[in-house]
Amino acid sequence: MLIRTAADLADHDVTDERLYLDRRRFLAAGAATAVLAAGPAGAVPVSGYTPNAVTLDDKPTPFEAATAYNNFYEFGADKEDPGKTAPGIFRTTPWSVTVEGACAKPGTVAVEDLIKPHRLEERLTRLRCVEGWSMVIPWIGVPLAGILQRFEPTSQAKFVAFTTLYDPTRMPGQKRPILDWPYVEGLRIDEAMHPLTLLAVGCYGRELPAQNGAPLRLVVPWKYGFKSIKSIVAISFVADMPVSSWMKAAPREYGFYSNVNPEVDHPRWSQASERRIGEFRRRQTLPFNGYADQVASLYQGMDLKKWF
Amino acid sequence: MKRAVFALCLLPLAWLVGRAVFGELGVNPVETVNRFLGDWALRFLLIALAVTPLRKVSGWSAVARLRRMLGLYAFFYAGLHVGSYLGLDLFFDWHILWKDVLKRRYITLGMIAFVLLVPLAATSTNAMIKRLGGRRWRNLHRLVYLIAPVAVIHYWMMIKADFRLPMLHAAVLAVLLGYRLAAWAMERRGQRAPLASRR
Repeated sequence: MLIRTAADLADHDVTDERLYLDRRRFLAAGAATAVLAAGPAGAVPVSGYTPNAVTLDDKPTPFEAATAYNNFYEFGADKEDPGKTAPGIFRTTPWSVTVEGACAKPGTVAVEDLIKPHRLEERLTRLRCVEGWSMVIPWIGVPLAGILQRFEPTSQAKFVAFTTLYDPTRMPGQKRPILDWPYVEGLRIDEAMHPLTLLAVGCYGRELPAQNGAPLRLVVPWKYGFKSIKSIVAISFVADMPVSSWMKAAPREYGFYSNVNPEVDHPRWSQASERRIGEFRRRQTLPFNGYADQVASLYQGMDLKKWF
Repeated sequence: MKRAVFALCLLPLAWLVGRAVFGELGVNPVETVNRFLGDWALRFLLIALAVTPLRKVSGWSAVARLRRMLGLYAFFYAGLHVGSYLGLDLFFDWHILWKDVLKRRYITLGMIAFVLLVPLAATSTNAMIKRLGGRRWRNLHRLVYLIAPVAVIHYWMMIKADFRLPMLHAAVLAVLLGYRLAAWAMERRGQRAPLASRR
């Protein structure tokens, strides 16, 4: 992995403070313009990313569909709710992320500073919802591994827990206890460090729309969509397996791993097939959502029926 | 009045067809159609069950003449609901249907509710009432007291979180069935105490 440590950085790499402040002002002005323009959140283009770093033969889901059909209960339990309500009310500046737990360098970092040292890349990956539908989305982000390593996790860090923002004024769905807020998800450390695991800040060439998890979300393409937690404010290195919000809500239905698996049935939805949004006929669901070559080895020797 | 209500009951279907024609069924049209039809099947079931309590409470006896039609509309929308699941969602894959019905409890219950509706719809004509005789016909149609709770549970079980709507349907059903239970209990008490004034 190509992580630049402080020793690699020469003097000229450090941004002049004046320029830095200018950049801040520029960003603030940009944000103000965006608000004034009253365009949908996420209409702000992202630049300077490596296009097509990971691609697929599958056709991307239309932007309009990917932003109008979302499971994001913080903005309502109907899939149309987030697209209708979130862009108008969800402000994401400023935004900081707290990294804590079993690591040598814990701290709270502005989302810009969390991402800045890394090269953004675009990845077209499949998203399979546990409900039996799927999309193909061009995300823009940074491999999670590089970010996590900056905080120097210790050998105690066996799992990584992620937490979504809790703020019922900005996330009105949290006013009612339909889930145990805030939303919590987790990965095993090797899953978190896997090169396919992305920390996304954008999609479709622009910043993440509010309903898609602005400003920062996880993308774990071989797991059911609910594992890809949105609007992250905390990342915690822990020794024990975290209990996710859905595990708490329905332990019989949702396990910690939640790998896409056509062989392991969910009590409500068939996992053997899925409806790709925009297609009429169902298509076969692939083991690990089609990423078995890359990730199956993580689970060698595990009974995936038991560890669903 | 009957004709007006007949037309009114077709409005949900007309609305759905209209949305389909104008391409307004949303991102997942199959799901939209299926949910919409299921919602209306359940609503008509509850509306049909409301006829008798409404008649007794309000004294508006003409409403009783709508009961059969409303019940048949429940069957109509339930049939379309099952049809859309089978035709649009599964694309007539009988193998998956069989697996779903056996494995997924909410689908098992939904299917039971629908299958039990069939004899009620089939015996809804005057000729069938005559053939069965009023008493047997009435006993058969008491099946609806089983069908409606099963349908509400079917709806409840497919919700992941936010149970407000299934709770609302369950509450309405509880009132409608509770009314009958109370009326029955009062009647029994009246029989046991023949001297008490009966109404």
